[in-house]
Amino acid sequence: MESVLGRYKNLIVLVAVLFAQVLGLAVQVKRTTDTESSRLIRVWAVSAITPFEKVLVWVQTGTGNLWHNYFYLRGVRAENRELKQQLEQLRLEHVRLNEDAAQARRLQVLLGFKEQFISETVPAQVIGSGGSEQSRIVYIDKGEHNGIKPDMAVITGTGVVGKVLKVFRSTSQVLLIDDQSSGVGGILEKSRLQGIVRGTPAGEVVLEKIMNDEAVQAGDIVRTSGGDRIFPKGLPVGVVTRVSNGTGSDLFLNIRVRPAANLAKLEEVLVVTKVEEREPTSAEAGPVRAADILSQRLPSVPEKAAVDPPPSTNDGAKATQATPAPKTPDKNPVPSVSQPNALKTGEGAGAPVVRTQAGAPRKPGLVGDSTAATEPPPVALKTANEHKPAPAPTKVAEQTSAAPKPKPASPPADPKPQNGPQ
Amino acid sequence: MPITYTSGEQVEVYRFSVPFTVLVPVTALFLQAWLPRQFPFFAMFDLPLLVTIFFAIARRNPVSGLLTGAAIGLFQDALTGLQIGIYGIAKTVVGYGASSLGVKLDVENAGARLLVTLVFYVVHQIVYFVVARGMVALSVQWSWPHELGAALANAVVGVFIFLALDRFKQRT
Repeated sequence: MESVLGRYKNLIVLVAVLFAQVLGLAVQVKRTTDTESSRLIRVWAVSAITPFEKVLVWVQTGTGNLWHNYFYLRGVRAENRELKQQLEQLRLEHVRLNEDAAQARRLQVLLGFKEQFISETVPAQVIGSGGSEQSRIVYIDKGEHNGIKPDMAVITGTGVVGKVLKVFRSTSQVLLIDDQSSGVGGILEKSRLQGIVRGTPAGEVVLEKIMNDEAVQAGDIVRTSGGDRIFPKGLPVGVVTRVSNGTGSDLFLNIRVRPAANLAKLEEVLVVTKVEEREPTSAEAGPVRAADILSQRLPSVPEKAAVDPPPSTNDGAKATQATPAPKTPDKNPVPSVSQPNALKTGEGAGAPVVRTQAGAPRKPGLVGDSTAATEPPPVALKTANEHKPAPAPTKVAEQTSAAPKPKPASPPADPKPQNGPQ
Repeated sequence: MPITYTSGEQVEVYRFSVPFTVLVPVTALFLQAWLPRQFPFFAMFDLPLLVTIFFAIARRNPVSGLLTGAAIGLFQDALTGLQIGIYGIAKTVVGYGASSLGVKLDVENAGARLLVTLVFYVVHQIVYFVVARGMVALSVQWSWPHELGAALANAVVGVFIFLALDRFKQRT
C-alpha cells in the first residue's frame, strides 16, 4: 500500500488539488453571492497588487502633469484662441438649449414626470485591470472608505463605463459594459425603442431585444433607459455601428454598438454615489422675465374667464356634477400677484407640489390635483385663475386628505389661494 | 529557508530563494493587471502562465509544479471578476505537466522552451475553455487562429523571460 502511495504520489496530489478546486468552483457557481472564503483570497490578491498600481499611477500622472503643464506648452496660444472661438459658439448653443430645457421642464411639470438627478459623484482613477480577456473589469482607487457601494453606476464625461462589482477598503472592482455578464437598460434616442445593452465574449457591445421588424440604423445613439435602476436615464451609452437581421428563428436584430466612453483607455471616472428622483418644478425652468411679472400685475389685463367660452367638454360636465357651484374660482391654484413665481397648490399627503411660473401667465401651467398626470390635456392645461368649474374637486379631496376643502362661494376677485403660497 | 526540490539524477534541478519565489509571481500578476490598461493588446499575454511554466521546468518536481500553478492561478482568478478556480485548475494542470516533462526532457535551450511554452499555452487554454464553459457556463469563444497566434506570441516572450529569470537560478 505504501509503495502504491509513493509511486502515485504526484498523481494523487494532482487529483486532490484539482478536486478541491472543482469543489470550490461548484460551491461558487451554486451560490450566486460572493462567499466570505472567496472574498478573502480576493482581498489578499487585491491588497497585494493594487498598492503598486496606485504608486505607478501616481508617478505616471505626476510626470505627465509636470511635462504637460510646465514644459510642453508649444501651441498653447493657438489652442487658446481656438478654444475661445469654440466657447463663443457654445455660448450661443447654450442659450438655445436653455430655452429648450426650460420648455421641457414646464412640460414635465404638466405631466407630473419625475426626473432623475445625479446629485453626488466621486471621482476616481483607474489603476488596473483584471488582466484577463474573459473578464473585462478595471480597478479604481476609491473604495469603502470613500462611500462606494456595489452596483453604483460608473460613468465618464462621454458616457457610461460600467457598474461597481466588488468593493474593498480603498479600491473597487468595476464591471465594464463590454463584459459578457454586464447588462444596461438602453433606449434608442430617435426611435425610443428599448433594449438591453450587453457585452459579448469578444468584448463587443450589442443592443439586444429589439424586434426584427423595427427600423434601426447605424449612427443611432443609444442612451440609458433607467430601467435597470443602476444608471440614471439619458446617459449616453454608445452609437449603433452595425445592424443585421437575426438568423433563423431569431426574432431580434443584431445591433452592434460602439461605446461612447473609450473603455480601452480609461483614466478618470465618476462613481455615481447618489441619484435623486424628484418631480421637476417650474421654478427651475429658468429666470422669470420682468415683463411677464409686470404684465401679470397690471390691472388692465383682462380676465380670461370673460372671453373664454363656457365649459363644454365632458370633463367640464363631470366637474360640474361634482361641484355644487361651478361658476366659482378655483379654490386651490390661483396665481398670486404678490408672489408670482412660486405658487404651490394642492400640497398634502400624496399631492404633488406644483409651482407655477409667473413668467408664463397666459400659458397653461397649473395643475392642482394629483390626477393631473392622467387627466386629458384640456383639463390639465387650464390655468387656475380661470373662472371655470373646478375639475373634479371631490376626487381631489379624496386623494389629498391634507388639501383644503373647497369653498364654492368664495369671491372671484380674491386671487390668493386659501392656504397661501408656500 | 531555500526551497529545493530533487528529481531525476540526469537532469539538473534548481532552487530559488524565497523572496524570488514570492516576488516573481506577484510581479507577473501585477504586470498582468497593469499592462493591459496601458496597452490593451497585452491582454493576450499570460505572464502568470509563463512564470508557472518556468518554475515547473526548473524545479522538475510535479508536486511543487502543480502547487505553484494552483497558487498563481487562484490569485489570478481573484483579480478577475469571475469565479475563483478557473485559472487555478488550468494552471495546476500546466504546472504538473510542465514539471513532469522537465523530469524527462532537457528543456534548457531556447528552441525546446519555445515549443514547451507553445504547447502548454494551448493546453492551458483548452482546460480553461472546458472549465469555463462546462462548469461556470461562461460563453467563452474558441478560435484556433487567435489561440495559436497568442500561443506563439507567449512562447516568444517566454523565451526572453526565461533567459532573464535563469540568472536567479541556484544549483542544488
